[in-house]
Amino acid sequence: MNDTINQLLDNLNALVTGLFLLTAFGIVAMRQARGVLSLFIVQSLLLAASAALLGLRHHAESLFGVALVNLISKPMIVPWLLRKTSPSEIYTRREVSQVLSIPAALLIALALAILAYFFALPISNAVAPEFRGPNVPIGVAGLLIGAFTLTVRREALPLLVGLLVMENGAFLSGISISRNLPFLVELAIATDGLIIVFISGILIRTVQRRVGSTAVGELANLKEVSAESLEGRAIK
Amino acid sequence: MIPYIVFNLMQVVVVLLCAPLASGVLSRMKEIVQSKQGPSIFQPYRDLWKLFHKDEIVSEESSWIFRFTPYVVFATPIMVTLLIPVLTNYPLFFAFMGDMIAGGFILSLGGFFSTLAAIDTANPYGPMGASRTRMVGFLSEPVFMIVFFTVSFVAGSTIPYIVQEKWVTPLVFFVTPSHVLLMLAFLMLILAEGGRIPVDNPTGHFELAMIDESKSLEYSGRGFALIKWGGHMKFFVLMCIFLNVLLTPWGLAADQTLGAVLLAVPKVLLKVFIFLVVIVVIESQLSKLRLFRIAEFLGAAFVTSVAAVIAQVF
Repeated sequence: MNDTINQLLDNLNALVTGLFLLTAFGIVAMRQARGVLSLFIVQSLLLAASAALLGLRHHAESLFGVALVNLISKPMIVPWLLRKTSPSEIYTRREVSQVLSIPAALLIALALAILAYFFALPISNAVAPEFRGPNVPIGVAGLLIGAFTLTVRREALPLLVGLLVMENGAFLSGISISRNLPFLVELAIATDGLIIVFISGILIRTVQRRVGSTAVGELANLKEVSAESLEGRAIK
Repeated sequence: MIPYIVFNLMQVVVVLLCAPLASGVLSRMKEIVQSKQGPSIFQPYRDLWKLFHKDEIVSEESSWIFRFTPYVVFATPIMVTLLIPVLTNYPLFFAFMGDMIAGGFILSLGGFFSTLAAIDTANPYGPMGASRTRMVGFLSEPVFMIVFFTVSFVAGSTIPYIVQEKWVTPLVFFVTPSHVLLMLAFLMLILAEGGRIPVDNPTGHFELAMIDESKSLEYSGRGFALIKWGGHMKFFVLMCIFLNVLLTPWGLAADQTLGAVLLAVPKVLLKVFIFLVVIVVIESQLSKLRLFRIAEFLGAAFVTSVAAVIAQVF
């Protein structure tokens, strides 16, 4: 009976990580900024679910803490902070110009996911058998796909989400390798992420006000502007 | 031996008779969602009846392909029905004649002929729809292959009767990531291949936007009836593969008696009905994609299926 439950938990965890990978692909493929943000929320919920399932499976209380922190910080506070700091019109924007076409970007993300399995192989081999699972390779895949999102996106909000996807990926592999992360570290990481979001949100707002656009890809050259002429001219 | 042949033919009869009903129920439910009255669920039968009693007009310029195609389109889903579990969960007489890959080939044979027939008459809209269907086909075939290969990798076989047991014994296997991801990919494929909404609008009557429908524009009378009936059956067969092999291999007849097989008919129809409700929900939520966005939709299906592979292999 216990074996069956453990197997079920293992399978559910594997399923959750599989869906995590799918949301990472979705974030690469999604055009609308709002869609990217909601996919990120789903991904964070999946991360929390994976932590809770691993906690149940291995009777590790600190993983429940991870789940709780993730449940509160990313799906709730991050969107709230973004709504407070960044201008609301960037949510309705659709990214028209991308560095790569969406099928090409998806194929590269796919190749990255397969690569991630090879990167994760030494890690999986280094730890005890009970720590092996789908979390490490898929976490690494999330890390790589997040970094890839950072390179192909040209709009500010998806860029920020790419950064957060990297953090999610690192978290996902982290929770399966160490069962007893001190709670303080968890909280520190979570607050760190929130501060990143806060600062980026303000940055986006400022860029939007100065330039009138958040299409970061078009901000190609730096221009030095003297303080008095800053008011009248747009930097582009 | 004899009962196996009889049951196998019963599957064909069920697919022949129930496929138009499924299409009728689907369109009626969609109309209800759109706050319309909608036609009766038996309307596809009436259409077929009417078309069979009408004269057929064949263009003088067309070749034998145009006359031959309705029979191919009508026959190919029936041949696939012989290979897949529709009512029983034990292999029937023709089960080992071909596997799921053979089924895919047979279905695409029908698509191939209807494409040729659409080009044959030189109707301006026919070749356009034909090339679009080919585009959807080219993009969805890799996904089909990867789904089949993953399934066979897990089950050690490509015979659908053997595959269907693997995902649910024990029941814990149902939630393995490769299974769920494969189901998602296959659902997207059914929407694409069945000409459902994110890819194609089955109720659209605007020739420039048609994908699947415009291939049969030149047909009339009996030929058109056969093509329509074949289309209903193809959709029904795809649903049967999805439901009976991949998603819910329950409710099929386990005993080799006539009663058990007959009892399986309403159960299978109930499963199909529930699945149709899901399709109505999907179709009502989404809008039709522009033509070049279809590549993105099927690219997403491809990524999903490959994610299933890497979740399974590693």
